[in-house]
Amino acid sequence: MMNLDLSFYNWDVISNFVIKGFYFSIMLTVVATIGGVIFGTILALMRLSGKKWLDAPAALYVNGMRSIPLVMVILWFFLLVPASFYSLFGSLGSNYRSEISAVITFVAFEAAYFSEIMRAGIQSIPRGQVNAGQAVGMTYGQNMRLVVLPQAFRNMLPVLLTQTIILFQDTSLVYAIGAYDMLKGFETAGKNFGRPIEAYLLAAVVYFAMCYALSWLVKRLHKKIAIIR
Amino acid sequence: MGNWDWQVFLQDPGGEYPSYLQWMLSAWGWTVSVALLALIVALVLGSLIGIIRTLPDSPWLVRFGNAWVELFRNIPLLVQIFLWYHVIPALVPVMKGVPSFILVVLALGFFTSARIAEQVRSGIQALPKGQRYAGMAVGFTTPQYYRYVILPMAYRIIIPPLTSETMNIFKNSSVAFAVSVTELTMFAMQAQEETSRGIEVYLAVTACYVVSALAINRLMAFIEKKTRVPGFIVSASAGGGGH
Repeated sequence: MMNLDLSFYNWDVISNFVIKGFYFSIMLTVVATIGGVIFGTILALMRLSGKKWLDAPAALYVNGMRSIPLVMVILWFFLLVPASFYSLFGSLGSNYRSEISAVITFVAFEAAYFSEIMRAGIQSIPRGQVNAGQAVGMTYGQNMRLVVLPQAFRNMLPVLLTQTIILFQDTSLVYAIGAYDMLKGFETAGKNFGRPIEAYLLAAVVYFAMCYALSWLVKRLHKKIAIIR
Repeated sequence: MGNWDWQVFLQDPGGEYPSYLQWMLSAWGWTVSVALLALIVALVLGSLIGIIRTLPDSPWLVRFGNAWVELFRNIPLLVQIFLWYHVIPALVPVMKGVPSFILVVLALGFFTSARIAEQVRSGIQALPKGQRYAGMAVGFTTPQYYRYVILPMAYRIIIPPLTSETMNIFKNSSVAFAVSVTELTMFAMQAQEETSRGIEVYLAVTACYVVSALAINRLMAFIEKKTRVPGFIVSASAGGGGH
């Protein structure tokens, strides 16, 4: 303990190195959650459609994604996304290649996990609800949009948010392709000041505080929803 | 793309191994070693922590168990690996000179122990309270009724979530690349850089991971079948969620 330099912990370090990465981590989490839920819902609907030609490719995609480590998926996308795609973003594309690749990866990867959650959520809706929707003359789309999905989202909200916390932790893995996230921010600060130990400790404390606070909120939300039901 | 070149695996990487294929197989061995050793650490610690969280009349042990789970669950695995690799050896002199392989095993083991503790706890709590009382009623001490009544059933209940946790530990072992343990992901990154044959290398490495996952899945299904108690229906919903 004696060789810790506490003067490392000051606002300059945070504002010069960490904030930029912090924004990226948050942005990546939010975009991947929204994109993952949208594509995950589509995948879940494909798997529940009862049509083999929709179900089979969706199942292959979901099970495939779930059996490979996220780091490998990150590396795959970084390798496969063509340079012409990055040029769509102009100068952003050449400066933030890793970051753009990370966003695409996380949306694609998390869609597989969110689709399993949504599938369970949709299956938790009693059959009678679907029948009732059909009885009043709703089409498949109306029934899903107005009856099934709102309830499924609500049932699954705590699980979705828990997955989002895991997703936030997983964003640190963009380390593999050198994207500048919060962890990278701490690491760079530690390297520049020759204080890596203090930097990693602070990173752990910040991640812990954020994840702990979020999971506490989710727990409260869970209780609230549970009382109403 | 289009034109494969699988002969890349026969090339000489000019190091310890005569070919990339042999290097990859060795890397696969490291992945399996890291994952299995970490699994042992996680099962031992996770079982202990999970059990003390369900002990009657020991609020401090329960609190310690809860704190353990929160601590190791709320810090990203990569950050935990950096803590074990960079911070702990600097602060704890005994840990200096410990090879990074061991540090990664400990990091992954402690990380996973929190998740297994959660599953063990929910497995124990999924049992009817009457089982515990029955054990007490025939005069068992607390260790005895855990050993003979509760745990044998609880572990059978949590085999499905333990299966996915075992598959997770294999996937999570890939994070060891960050501290230069030459496991599969590290191999993939280095071989890709050296040969510029990224697609072939990544495909092979991905296949290794998929084969490992399938093997664990089959093995655990076999264990589940072998240990099944006739007439006892394992509730499918028991066990924690997780990744």
